Amino acid sequence: MADQPKAAEPAKRRLSPRKRQRIFRGVQYAILVAALVALALYADWASLAQNFARLDIAELMLPDLFTVALLNTMVYAVGGFLFSFVFGLIVALMRLSPVGPYRWLATLYIEIFRGVPALLVFLMIVFLPLALPGFAVPFGTYGQAILGLGLVGTAYQAEIFRAGLQAVPRGQTEAARSLGMSATRAQFTVVVPQAIRIVIPPTTNQFVALLKDSSLVLFLGVSGQYVDLTKFGNDMASTHANATPILVAGLTYLIVTVPLGYLAGRLEKRKGTSR
Amino acid sequence: MTHAIEIRDLHKHFGQNEVLRGIDMTVEPGQVVCVIGPSGSGKSTLLRCVNLLEEPTRGKVFVDGVEVNDPDADIDAVRRRIGMVFQQFNLFPHMTALQNVMIAQQRVLKRGKRDAEKIARENLEKVGVGEKCDSFPIQLSGGQQQRVAIARALAMDPGLMLFDEPTSALDPELVGDVLAVMRKLAEEGMTMLVVTHEMGFARQVADRVVFMDGGVIVEDGPPAQVIGDPQHERTRTFLERVLHPEE
Repeated sequence: MADQPKAAEPAKRRLSPRKRQRIFRGVQYAILVAALVALALYADWASLAQNFARLDIAELMLPDLFTVALLNTMVYAVGGFLFSFVFGLIVALMRLSPVGPYRWLATLYIEIFRGVPALLVFLMIVFLPLALPGFAVPFGTYGQAILGLGLVGTAYQAEIFRAGLQAVPRGQTEAARSLGMSATRAQFTVVVPQAIRIVIPPTTNQFVALLKDSSLVLFLGVSGQYVDLTKFGNDMASTHANATPILVAGLTYLIVTVPLGYLAGRLEKRKGTSR
Repeated sequence: MTHAIEIRDLHKHFGQNEVLRGIDMTVEPGQVVCVIGPSGSGKSTLLRCVNLLEEPTRGKVFVDGVEVNDPDADIDAVRRRIGMVFQQFNLFPHMTALQNVMIAQQRVLKRGKRDAEKIARENLEKVGVGEKCDSFPIQLSGGQQQRVAIARALAMDPGLMLFDEPTSALDPELVGDVLAVMRKLAEEGMTMLVVTHEMGFARQVADRVVFMDGGVIVEDGPPAQVIGDPQHERTRTFLERVLHPEE
């Protein structure tokens, strides 16, 4: 760690960049180790374990953690994702349309729903029945959650699709048009399929973002059979006056999000070779 | 008799940049016309105006007597009769060679899958890549890709073929295969308008050679005259540079 330059005297003023870098790195390791040692010595491990890692409480969560909470989280996330995939493509095509009003509408939508907090969208959905008497989002809580995630996701997914559509070379459209395809047909037979391939990695990341945002159903006032992972963890934590369920809920998210993150990375790498 | 292509007083501006400054020319059915000239002379733009990939700023372009830039013309129908081959091939990368050649037959000409596949295989065979039907473009050499692109155009039974520097993006050893296919097409009587730097091809295959420079046609005549015995100084300078680049 303490790598002093050996022949210090003659070269003291002129350390080579590589040597300087090695010393600098050594210092960083030393600081890191010192911080870890301090943490290990001063943390109150017994208290931490008592508050965050009570296996008996974790066990109480067991069947419902997966059969209800994770399942609901997946339903919200997948539903919102499908919603945003379909409408995101439509908004992206509008955004790139030669027709002015389509472009303006799409831009307006994207700016609004990317610019406000997702939580605010969820709160608006709660108040929808007040604004539109007699209106109820179909499929109850599931519908509300999927609508909220879908509205927000559409804006982000539209921008992802826009980048993908623009990444398809112009020559592709020209070739298709030269074969006598109409603009619309060329778009859907040639450009969109390629764009979808291009956007698979960022879309995977977008799904992870939606999965995490699904925790906002907390503000829809969900309970019972509708609880998602976060709400479930929070409820259990209140019941037992212990933070373990929240930690367990967090780990359960990671079971899904970490592999998806790696998958997105792999797909990203493969993309370089497939075109 | 109607001309295969008739171009009258064609102008094309890109913003302030005047790329074509009044082109008049005709191509007769069955003719092979090669367009040569320095880069930036407007030859590709001229070609792209024929199937309206570029919209002329002024002037008229007729293909088989139909004015292509008439707003009432059915441009998709006109393009169906015109095969286009690009410098960068522009094959559809998400489809196999066979699918590349089938897709427009099915979607545009409404041919059944079986017919489309039969015609696709015949055309891929004809351009010498019959064994590559199931390969994706990325798995093919540039020369093979360009021949698939030619087959894709031929499968539409075009009356006219446009070639936009079809061999310029190819490694030198792959140029010959593509030129051989084009030569065969010419011998079969296909009407062809070819933008090229291949002087040997122009000299041997073309019925006429058009030399362009600065957005105008400088010289237009049989290859023996335009390449063999150029009348204009600009043509002479250009040919000197192309044929003897080392001097």
